[in-house]
Amino acid sequence: MSDVLVDVRDLKQHFPIRTGFMKTTPLKAVDGVSFTINKGETLGLVGESGCGKTTVGRTLLHLYEPTAGEIYFDGELVTKKNIGTMRKKMQMVFQDPYSSLDPRMTVEDIIGEPLDVHKLYSNKKERREKILELMNYVGLNSEHATRYAHEFSGGQRQRIGIARALAVDPQFIVCDEPVSALDVSIQAQVINMFEDLQAKLGVAYLFIAHDLLVVHHISKRIAVMYLGKIVEMADADDLNNNPLHPYTQSLLSAVPIPDPDIARSRQRIILEGDVPSPLRMPTGCPFRTRCQYATEQCAAECPSLTDRGNGHMSACFNK
Amino acid sequence: MNKPLISVQNLHTSFFTDSGEVCAVNGVSFELDHGEILGIVGESGSGKSVTAYSIMQILAATGKVVDGNIYYKGEDITKWSEKQMRGFRGKCCSIIFQDPMTSLNPVFTIGNQLTEAITLHTDKKGKAAKDRAAELLELVGINEPYKRLKQYPYELSGGMRQRVMIAMALACEPDILIADEPTTALDVTIQAQILELIQKLQKELGMAVILVTHDLGVIASMCDNIVVMYGGKICERGTAHEIFYNPCHEYTKGLLRSIPNVTRMKERLVPILGTPINMLNLPKGCSFCARCDAAMKICLTEQPEELTINENHKASCWMNVKAMLEAEGGNNNE
Repeated sequence: MSDVLVDVRDLKQHFPIRTGFMKTTPLKAVDGVSFTINKGETLGLVGESGCGKTTVGRTLLHLYEPTAGEIYFDGELVTKKNIGTMRKKMQMVFQDPYSSLDPRMTVEDIIGEPLDVHKLYSNKKERREKILELMNYVGLNSEHATRYAHEFSGGQRQRIGIARALAVDPQFIVCDEPVSALDVSIQAQVINMFEDLQAKLGVAYLFIAHDLLVVHHISKRIAVMYLGKIVEMADADDLNNNPLHPYTQSLLSAVPIPDPDIARSRQRIILEGDVPSPLRMPTGCPFRTRCQYATEQCAAECPSLTDRGNGHMSACFNK
Repeated sequence: MNKPLISVQNLHTSFFTDSGEVCAVNGVSFELDHGEILGIVGESGSGKSVTAYSIMQILAATGKVVDGNIYYKGEDITKWSEKQMRGFRGKCCSIIFQDPMTSLNPVFTIGNQLTEAITLHTDKKGKAAKDRAAELLELVGINEPYKRLKQYPYELSGGMRQRVMIAMALACEPDILIADEPTTALDVTIQAQILELIQKLQKELGMAVILVTHDLGVIASMCDNIVVMYGGKICERGTAHEIFYNPCHEYTKGLLRSIPNVTRMKERLVPILGTPINMLNLPKGCSFCARCDAAMKICLTEQPEELTINENHKASCWMNVKAMLEAEGGNNNE
């Protein structure tokens, strides 16, 4: 039996956008993404807004029907038909703890809903016990069970969302910017909890975020996305110490480092301009319009993600 | 010795809500010199934005500066009339907000909104004002300025809009620029562009900048001096070097421990326990003591005084008093 838990092959997600009368243009939110996640591993997925990282996460769970490509979970192809049972093994934690919890349900019902759906208990008492155990996992008190989501702070709501994802005892959780909406001091609490739960339950994470410091801290490997494609994927430390793709290099140099001496002495690569609209993608390499090394070859064809040694993958002709 | 450009003394700002008086700012004092970049850092609800808004007197209708003085070049602007304040805003001090999406008016063109500020505060009119607007857009790095003047905010990206906001703030060459979380809504690569722009303009125009943010990374790379706020009070202040390498308040120490360290990336984070305080009922003692690991008896009952650590560094924490007493006399326990 292999260690690979999630195997994504050439995943594509195109949304039709109306661009005129009787005319639609595909918006290529995700355009040919492949990666694997091992059991109990954390893969970080970073990129700027609009690069398709959230869409990857949602498509993995078939919250959007993929346009093309395959997703294998534990060797089994995920399809529209079996997604119902598959969601017992893969779950999601959403970014916004304010809108992802039903304001009219008590905490007990929110956490209990996945148990109801998958019929994971035989009687009321067992359901209650399971819910209390889950609440204990994420550091909530039993007296919180009868309260409503609006009575909690952002950090506590995110804990409720995590308890809900854990309810079905999944092997894999997609974490879509789970700490972005939280204050710094609360962020650290939630990040530590993710790490503890992984050590205890052996779940694998796809950790989507735009904060590179947080992603580097929590992930074993990191994939960098730009305009619907993975441009670089490597071991977290390797990627940070030795970024190969020019986009990763500029992204890393732009991260504000909370250390005055380092922040002021390092060389910053500041990119010109904005991310192009995914409706009018540049030909060839998507990054070539902002890249200082761009050549004619970059405009003609799109570089593929190739291994540059030790599993360090990069999609660039020059580097 | 010159007078400081802005001197805030014992500022108290409250919001009068249905559930009672919320003391958002509780006795804040600081000074800002010509050409200085001051960072105000804190979590949401710490009163950092309200402090900035109090200087501009643009608080929400329920908010009021209840005590304290704000001196601008020696004059107390809290006593100024609304008419005088109108002259102050924009011309002497201007502000850029967090969300460029909502702070530009969607039904007017960029040109319209830019020339409004120019015609109000300078004697430039018509064509001259328009040329000045184009010049400003060029200054903040927007190409084809005359074309942009005719566009509406929705036609621009987030980074571009923030540039327009900066251009608008600079329209009358103010002495002070207040940047309230200027890059929080932007992506990292765009954030780097905007921060570099603010730094460049600050050097060229010699303005003083107050940078309000929760991002310690932004503060570290930008600011000369830093003020750390918690629960509406300043808990620590000093040069960037002192705050980051020699933090003397338990809250600042906690904040620095709770972000991933660049040199020790895989080390476990040490979070600050609990949640930020409820501003409706502030504790009698130190506002951070409920979350503080080192809290002592005195922290519960008495508010710590600001203690001078060295000439570039002050902190309000009983731990420093304890350390000082121990160093002095040795054995007297608390």
